[in-house]
Amino acid sequence: MNIGVLALQGDFIEHVGVLQTIGVMPRLVRLPGDLSGLDGLIIPGGESTTIGKLAEAFGLIHPLREFSKTHAIWGTCAGAIFLSKDVHRDQPLLHLMDITVERNAFGRQVDSFEIDLPVPFFEDGQDHPYHAIFIRAPIIKSVAGEAKTLLTLPDGRIVAAQQGKLLATSFHPELTPDPRFHQYFSALARS
Amino acid sequence: MEQLVATFKVKKGLAQMLKGGVIMDVVTADHAKIAEDAGAVAVMALERVPADIRADGGVARMSDPELIIQIMDAVSIPVMAKCRIGHFVEAQILESLGVDYIDESEVLTPADEAHHIYKHNFKVPFVCGCRNLGEALRRIGEGAAMIRTKGEAGTGDIVEAVRHARSVLGEIRRLQNMAEEELMSFAKEIGAPFELVKETRELGRLPVVNFAAGGIATPADAALMMQLGVDGVFVGSGIFKSGEPAKRADAIVKATTHYQDPKILAEISRNLGEPMVGRQVTDIPESDLISTRGW
Repeated sequence: MNIGVLALQGDFIEHVGVLQTIGVMPRLVRLPGDLSGLDGLIIPGGESTTIGKLAEAFGLIHPLREFSKTHAIWGTCAGAIFLSKDVHRDQPLLHLMDITVERNAFGRQVDSFEIDLPVPFFEDGQDHPYHAIFIRAPIIKSVAGEAKTLLTLPDGRIVAAQQGKLLATSFHPELTPDPRFHQYFSALARS
Repeated sequence: MEQLVATFKVKKGLAQMLKGGVIMDVVTADHAKIAEDAGAVAVMALERVPADIRADGGVARMSDPELIIQIMDAVSIPVMAKCRIGHFVEAQILESLGVDYIDESEVLTPADEAHHIYKHNFKVPFVCGCRNLGEALRRIGEGAAMIRTKGEAGTGDIVEAVRHARSVLGEIRRLQNMAEEELMSFAKEIGAPFELVKETRELGRLPVVNFAAGGIATPADAALMMQLGVDGVFVGSGIFKSGEPAKRADAIVKATTHYQDPKILAEISRNLGEPMVGRQVTDIPESDLISTRGW
């Protein structure tokens, strides 16, 4: 299983750390050539404007779109923004998932939070909720076409979506030692 | 399903999102836009860049809240602002404005010559400067959720940034080779909380994100600090005191990503115009040094 982590900017080392705990030795991706031979790619948390700009500057936009046709991609927070088709402002996006995203939807940093969320699609997801960390987090405003809602907050706001092998979470599974989302994604990449 | 806000994990977490990025000093909303367009991960809103603070002399204080609000309105990336060392009321004001991070900064004139702010009492996270491991761990003990090595701000001379990064990272390497019974006397020697000394040894790194600051003026400077082992860089005067700020900002952002690739570094370092003039740290009288502020 070859998983890559986009290492333009953000908390890519945190993703590497969780992947190693489930026996995956990931590769860092900074240039288009780094994508070859990968089964899946994670786009980490960070600043979506910075990641988008660097992806554009180093010719990654088109190769990533091509990669997505046959491989799994998972974006966490900034990565989810980058995967979306619209964020209501002008910044480079991959336009891969049929979701619209609102950036900084909960407010500023003082409004960042942690919460336990039941995850129905994990085997033990009701009894053992997933501890999710939201940092200046976006929310998924709308889900259309092939994209499906995976997870919502108690108030109904959408915080995870999936479209085939593409996965978007507005929180940061890389900031907790619980590997269940990374396991879910590696199964998706293997399928 | 209770929401927990302002936990240390969430405070530290924002700094983790800034890793591999460049935080730029800006003095106007227009600068902030230029920084965001160039790929900055955050901006530091202030009235004067350190080079001007140094040139003007006098007392340097927290910026006018009006300026900070204008900058917060202008960009979508996180906005940081500086308060004086120990000036917890300036920090309260900045928190009420909703800034994303407070820099309790030696670049401003200290308000307290013995104490830093007790940062655990705030909802907003803090970043603090350090010259060595002891200073870094004292600041984390007080609640800093991010650390930056100080360098010598406003000089464009990288030498102090290198000295401080080597000091912190070198002491961590030394710590990892110590026997357990040596830890307490090491904690005493460097004036650091024992529990944080232990945690640093186990992690092999500071328990929070560690950026470099103070003297970074070129893409090569940024890459040098990254190769030394910091998590990202602050650029103060280096961008907006240079001939072509937008170009230089863009190049420093790229250099912080591709810091291990000399070919890319060579390419992005071409035709950047004049760097900031700079001032050699060894020519500055000891009483004018900024990095010695902090206790």
